[in-house]
Amino acid sequence: MDISRLHKIDDWSWRADPQDGMRVPAIFYADEPLLAAMDDKVFEQLTNVARLPGVVGSVFAMPDAHWGYGFPIGGVGAFDPLQDGVVSVGGVGFDISCGVRLLLTRLTRADIEAHQRELADALFQAIPAGLGSTGALELAGVEMDAMLAGGAAWAVDQGWGEPADLSRIEEGGRMAGARPDLVSQDAKRRQRKETGTLGSGNHYLEVQHVAKLFDDDAARGFGLAKHQAVVSIHCGSRGLGHQIGTDFLRAMAVDAPRHGFRPPDRELACTPLSSELGRSYLGAMRAATNCALANRQILTALTREVFDKVFPGAQLELLFDVSHNTCKEEVHPVDGVERTLFVHRKGATRSLGPGHPALPEALRAHGQPVLVGGSMGVGSYVLAGAATSEQASFGSACHGAGRAMSRHAALKLYSGRQIEDDLAARGVLVRSPSTRGVAEEAPGAYKDLHRIAEVTEKAGLARRVAHLKPLVCIKG
Amino acid sequence: MSTHLSTAGDSALPTTAGWETFAHGADVGVRGRGPTLADAFVQAAIALTSVITDPACVRPERRIEVTCEAPDREVLFLDWLNSLISAMAIENMLFSRFGVEIEGNRLKGHAFGEAIDPTRHRPTVEVKGATFTELQVTKDKGGRWRAQCVVDV
Repeated sequence: MDISRLHKIDDWSWRADPQDGMRVPAIFYADEPLLAAMDDKVFEQLTNVARLPGVVGSVFAMPDAHWGYGFPIGGVGAFDPLQDGVVSVGGVGFDISCGVRLLLTRLTRADIEAHQRELADALFQAIPAGLGSTGALELAGVEMDAMLAGGAAWAVDQGWGEPADLSRIEEGGRMAGARPDLVSQDAKRRQRKETGTLGSGNHYLEVQHVAKLFDDDAARGFGLAKHQAVVSIHCGSRGLGHQIGTDFLRAMAVDAPRHGFRPPDRELACTPLSSELGRSYLGAMRAATNCALANRQILTALTREVFDKVFPGAQLELLFDVSHNTCKEEVHPVDGVERTLFVHRKGATRSLGPGHPALPEALRAHGQPVLVGGSMGVGSYVLAGAATSEQASFGSACHGAGRAMSRHAALKLYSGRQIEDDLAARGVLVRSPSTRGVAEEAPGAYKDLHRIAEVTEKAGLARRVAHLKPLVCIKG
Repeated sequence: MSTHLSTAGDSALPTTAGWETFAHGADVGVRGRGPTLADAFVQAAIALTSVITDPACVRPERRIEVTCEAPDREVLFLDWLNSLISAMAIENMLFSRFGVEIEGNRLKGHAFGEAIDPTRHRPTVEVKGATFTELQVTKDKGGRWRAQCVVDV
């Protein structure tokens, strides 16, 4: 990115002042090397978001920002319905409520390593992964609608997991305001056999170990200890969310002229929050959020069954579940006045600071766990929401490493079999239905997650708590 | 949009002559070329399958029907690809042979394929949707059509 267009605020944040129709400033959280490495399109896309009606405060790029459809991945923007604010499909993404959850075991890295192959094979057999895989249950009609209205709470009612899990999920495991009746039949048909499946692409289920602690106090509060084994699940709303994204992107793009606003990019198609189409999208999007929450809950239950077989009596407790492709109705101060806003976080994680009333009491002292996925090689991070994140970014932080190269480029550079062998030599067992998929997801295809986590901390978005490294990776 | 009728019969077994994929950030683009608009749509559909698996290994055993209507040619192309993406997920199938008939802003098409066999097809990724990015449906000076867009994977 050409940084000459930005004003340096400090070593970790940069500002593009409003110009050419921008209604608010665009803030980029990054150090100079990360910023220089960012695609110029991130600048173009974030400043386009700053031109949308009803945008308030500032718009933000997280340190892992990169090009997305219309709205950058790692982008955050808040819209006020009282100022003709809009909702944008591109501001949420196709994989609605894609997110990460982390399960804590009472096992150690050594325990896992003693049964690593058996565990990898059992998980690969139990977790439906990749294109064409189907889940353990088939949903249609009223059962589908119940899942879309109830989310993880519905899944727990059906016997997938424990009621205690729900307090460790955003929205208590159920997004209110879901409108299953506004989800297309195509979307529901697409989801019929996909509930409880991992998907493909960058989605994964990993058994990891806590490789490093950065904040002993927060780690204790989160129940994390060095060498402890944990399980991380990264996936979203499967075919249903993708179809809702497709349906409403088309509808908003075709409908745009009626509202007299021509978005700078068709992928940034949006509609007033107060319009019928806007309300319909919010209802359908919330149903997709519940689908994602139910999906991760079912995968959790399947994971627990596998652990119980390999390690009889093993208990896996949910630390937290975060969604990083969302639009949520939240109250934030703008110019000293509390306002109800619709905060779009696309490839960005909500990051509530210590003491926030929405957090479960057990986590409140330390802030919300911000779960940041990485690559099969580098691993993942657990961060904790910083007190300064509210002021800095409407309470948002990074979500992952972000790709450093295209799938095409990764395929030319890497062989899936070689990647699997290299990782096995480093103690990481990969199981995937597709070696080409593994090549496309090669660790070298991703950016430096360590730097992104550090910059996220320095910028006051979230504090580093722990670095997790994989032992077993189930890829879709 | 003209009301000219454009048809393309079942594509021959896949060749690389009329289709290709192109790199785009984290995702991939699909492109079809042909002497008619319908041919370009057919070729792009083969490119779509190639993102997931080798189209040559997909047996044309079962036929599904697709109909679309859109305000312009570009959105019609998106609707065609998105109908195939939905059908792949709903029917749990992959497709390798396609036929398209376009009249005005309406498309009638079909696709031949088979149920996904993870062992034989080794599917790489799931395509989430066709997007407005790099979306172009154009005719060059020589009268050849090109239809392309990026698909989200």
